[in-house]
Amino acid sequence: MSFEKKIKILKEVCVGCGFCVKVCPFAAIGMKSKKAVIDYDRCNLCGACVEACKFNAIEIKTLERKYDHASYKGVWVFCEQKKGEIQSVAYELLGEGRKLASKLNSKLCAVLLGEGVKEKAGDLFARGADIVYLVDSPHLKYYQDDPYSKVLTELINEFKPEVLLSGATTIGRSLIARVAIRINTGLTADCTGLDIDPEKKLLLQTRPAFGGNIMATIITPNHRPQMATVRHKVMKEAAVEKGRAGTLIEKEYKDEILSTRTNLIDVVEEMEETINLSEADIIVSGGRGIGGPENFKLIRELALALGGAVGSSRAAVDANWIPYSHQVGQTGKTVCPKIYIACGISGQIQHLIGMQSSKIIVAINKDPDAPIFKVATYGIVGDLFQVVPALTKKFKQILGK
Amino acid sequence: MGTLLTEEQKMIRDLCRQIAREKIKPVASEYDEKEEFPWPIVKILAESDIFGVYIAEEYGGMGGGVFEMALATEELSWGCGGIALAFAATGLGTFPIILFGNDEQKKKYLPKIAKGTIAAFCITEAEAGSDVGSIKTTAVKDGDYYVLNGTKQWITNGGEADIYTAIAMTNKSKGARGASAFIVEKGTKGLEFGKKEKKLGIRGSATREVVFNDCRIPKENLLSREGMGFIVAMKTFDYSRPGVASQAVGIAQRALDEAVAYAHQRKQFGQLISGFQGLQFMLADMSIQVEAARAMVYRAAKIVDSGEKNIAKLSAIAKTFASDTAMKVTTDAVQILGGYGYMREYPVEKLMRDAKITQIYEGTNQIQRGVIAANLIKELKKK
Amino acid sequence: MNIIVCIKQVPNTTQVRINPETNTLIREGVESVINPFDMYAIEEGIRLKEKLGGKVTVMSMGPPQAEEALREAISMGCDEGILVTDRAFAGSDTWATSYVLSQAVKKIGDFNIILCGKQASDGDTAQVGPGISTHLNIPQVTYVKKIESIEDEKIRVERMTEEGFEIIEAPVPCLLTVVKEINEPRLPSLKGKMRAKKSEIRKMTAEDLGCDFDKIGLDGSPTRVVKIFTPRPRKGGEILKGELSEIVEKITGELKSEL
Repeated sequence: MSFEKKIKILKEVCVGCGFCVKVCPFAAIGMKSKKAVIDYDRCNLCGACVEACKFNAIEIKTLERKYDHASYKGVWVFCEQKKGEIQSVAYELLGEGRKLASKLNSKLCAVLLGEGVKEKAGDLFARGADIVYLVDSPHLKYYQDDPYSKVLTELINEFKPEVLLSGATTIGRSLIARVAIRINTGLTADCTGLDIDPEKKLLLQTRPAFGGNIMATIITPNHRPQMATVRHKVMKEAAVEKGRAGTLIEKEYKDEILSTRTNLIDVVEEMEETINLSEADIIVSGGRGIGGPENFKLIRELALALGGAVGSSRAAVDANWIPYSHQVGQTGKTVCPKIYIACGISGQIQHLIGMQSSKIIVAINKDPDAPIFKVATYGIVGDLFQVVPALTKKFKQILGK
Repeated sequence: MGTLLTEEQKMIRDLCRQIAREKIKPVASEYDEKEEFPWPIVKILAESDIFGVYIAEEYGGMGGGVFEMALATEELSWGCGGIALAFAATGLGTFPIILFGNDEQKKKYLPKIAKGTIAAFCITEAEAGSDVGSIKTTAVKDGDYYVLNGTKQWITNGGEADIYTAIAMTNKSKGARGASAFIVEKGTKGLEFGKKEKKLGIRGSATREVVFNDCRIPKENLLSREGMGFIVAMKTFDYSRPGVASQAVGIAQRALDEAVAYAHQRKQFGQLISGFQGLQFMLADMSIQVEAARAMVYRAAKIVDSGEKNIAKLSAIAKTFASDTAMKVTTDAVQILGGYGYMREYPVEKLMRDAKITQIYEGTNQIQRGVIAANLIKELKKK
Repeated sequence: MNIIVCIKQVPNTTQVRINPETNTLIREGVESVINPFDMYAIEEGIRLKEKLGGKVTVMSMGPPQAEEALREAISMGCDEGILVTDRAFAGSDTWATSYVLSQAVKKIGDFNIILCGKQASDGDTAQVGPGISTHLNIPQVTYVKKIESIEDEKIRVERMTEEGFEIIEAPVPCLLTVVKEINEPRLPSLKGKMRAKKSEIRKMTAEDLGCDFDKIGLDGSPTRVVKIFTPRPRKGGEILKGELSEIVEKITGELKSEL
């Protein structure tokens, strides 16, 4: 189908309200003689205009194909495990998954791959899983792309879930991307919101784009399962219901399914501090206002007093005051703590992208016009060299340290 | 300035601009404080082919001339006038070879320089600054060698350079025709270096005494013929003068940029100070002077590249005006930043310190004015 | 060594703003750049070539102006640029995009390594790299922070994880997605820029690649965007006023419950 036939303005229906022009994210619609006109060089067929037009004057045509949706049932959560321990992102997904399963009138299922992990199935039932699909094999002890993606593909092909969720971790993002291609289905990565469209019963996947400057809601209308990865700490963990029971389905696979082309030679752990920045619930960050590497001592002391991790803005890392592993922001880590204390950080968009979903932001900066005060829950205009030690002292007092 | 430049010239200017903003600006004040030689920047400039901008293609360069060199020098000086000297002063040390070297000499040295080898030009002595005729360094022929003896002062890139082009007296009795130009390589026995000078500005550049202590160099290292020394020096200065001028323009432009940015975010008396007419007029005058200086540099550089013989006057005009402009504009920039301008934490005081040298070296502005006047009279006589 | 680097031209996301009245992206005045993560892939490709000899082909699927990005990659040191462009590709999601790119790789023929950046700064999905390797059925290693060694038959790399890194050995040919820790991308050289200017960028259309038309563009994309909106801007709270001791009291009081 030629491009021009794919998207069409129904001129007889178009009233020239111009709403589509406003809504188009690619500036691909203009008005000519009071009718909407598409600029085919800019149009990306995203469909935002179709949704927006109240008069149904815009049509996007796609190939008509038949899809069998009825045989796909169940909301699956891939439960990542490391060293036999189930990662907490799985519990968050089970929590969210239960809500979705209820709206779809479906079962909530957990998928667990590993070696010697059978007893962990109990934890998954306790968190709400109705069924646990378990594949236990020495080939699955450590994550490798080939065996994990082949096994998951087999499970999906056999048991046909309508939705599959996974954590957007280094494992999750590599694994699910491969599986989505193999199965020829849609995948939305790094979702921050999931819901079910009440009419069409489709999974609505909402995620940030353009570094978080814009949000997009995406659906997989035809292909199954509808897959999504979700970032850690975005959803709430499922509550524990001790002693809850469920069905365990254990599968075994032949060597050709479990084989791997890549080999894990070694695992090296390199934790700079005892607390991982991406996981931390409390972060104290320093920026250009810190002035020098020695002054990060103040930040560290406050972090220590609060039991938190130390972060930094890009300016401090570029100046070689603190290693890159501490950098928070667009080109660093994205964090989602309960408390983020930004000291001497101006609050440029690139930094905000990395921390603006923190529950509480406290900003300390001597410049009252610093952009960070626009997003801070509590702003303190002052000299961090006075404020930070004062806070450290008080917190130590309150927390009895 | 867009339409004045060819595609290739824009490429050179834009790449140097990128390097200045991304690589030089962030480290300029550190090199100024520590007074270290910016080897990491030299490496970047070499890998980006900037060192070869004014060197012929057959020797591994980009085939540009003084104009291209001026473009590069201005942009790099915007980042830091001192760091840019590692490149610009290498040009000064290289022009003798480009202008007067024979085939073997060009083949031997120019490719290395295009790849980032540092060069330096040695003429100034303790008793011979403006009065270059009074140099005392001697070069005595001894069989297949020349033996050099004497001390050169305030040599930019001294001690860091691998290649030195030096002017020494071969025949004192011949006066102005008694000097010759030589190429001396680092590591030659008898080539020694004095202490590193502590300067007011351009501290990211190395300035040292270069000492010839019975320094034996092969006779093949003589540039041109004996007696050509001062002609080599004068012509070299004519070619490098637009470069010095463009260094001044770069420093001045930076000062102007910093002043405008500051004025447009500093609030006093309830408004941005860029709204005060007094400051607006200052900034306007600064801009007028920078544009005028740049136009003069472009003209002088193009005339030099055209091969015309009478380039001395325009060359001197560009250098004088650009350096005086740099001094004025940087001083005004400090004034506009007020108290902050005086603090080392802000970049403009360094610009003012860096600008001063451009009025002094490569022929003081007093000498330049003398040259301009002498040329005016010469032209009058011709009419 | 035949190295293929896949890159994407993206809007400079630090400049992307939303027009508050129309709720749409302001695209005017936003410059297009090479996706930042791809710069590291380009640099790694050039380093491998410098060390082991061979050729680096840089490839991109995009509109005609993506040619600029390919030329920039050539000016850094890549040997050849290929632009995969066709209106039929419009509307492609990551499934369709990775299919098209894998077809282009097949057309190029011989290769040892495919390098991709971890993710694109506009879509942020990180799915195209793994998508290409799956379509081609070759092994992949993602989040590579260092190439330790490379021989004819296999490659050894360090793969970044949340806790540190893993050492993985993979057979060649394979695909790697790289992270920023792997290198520092070089600036282009003047000679490189001259070469890039004169370079002929090979173009490939859907027909050239023998693409299955129902696997490309909107028709080939399992996912659809149904809504685009500006995130509710996080609202500022309060600026605390008063003496330092008062402020300290207030903050410690408010935060105590979260500790």
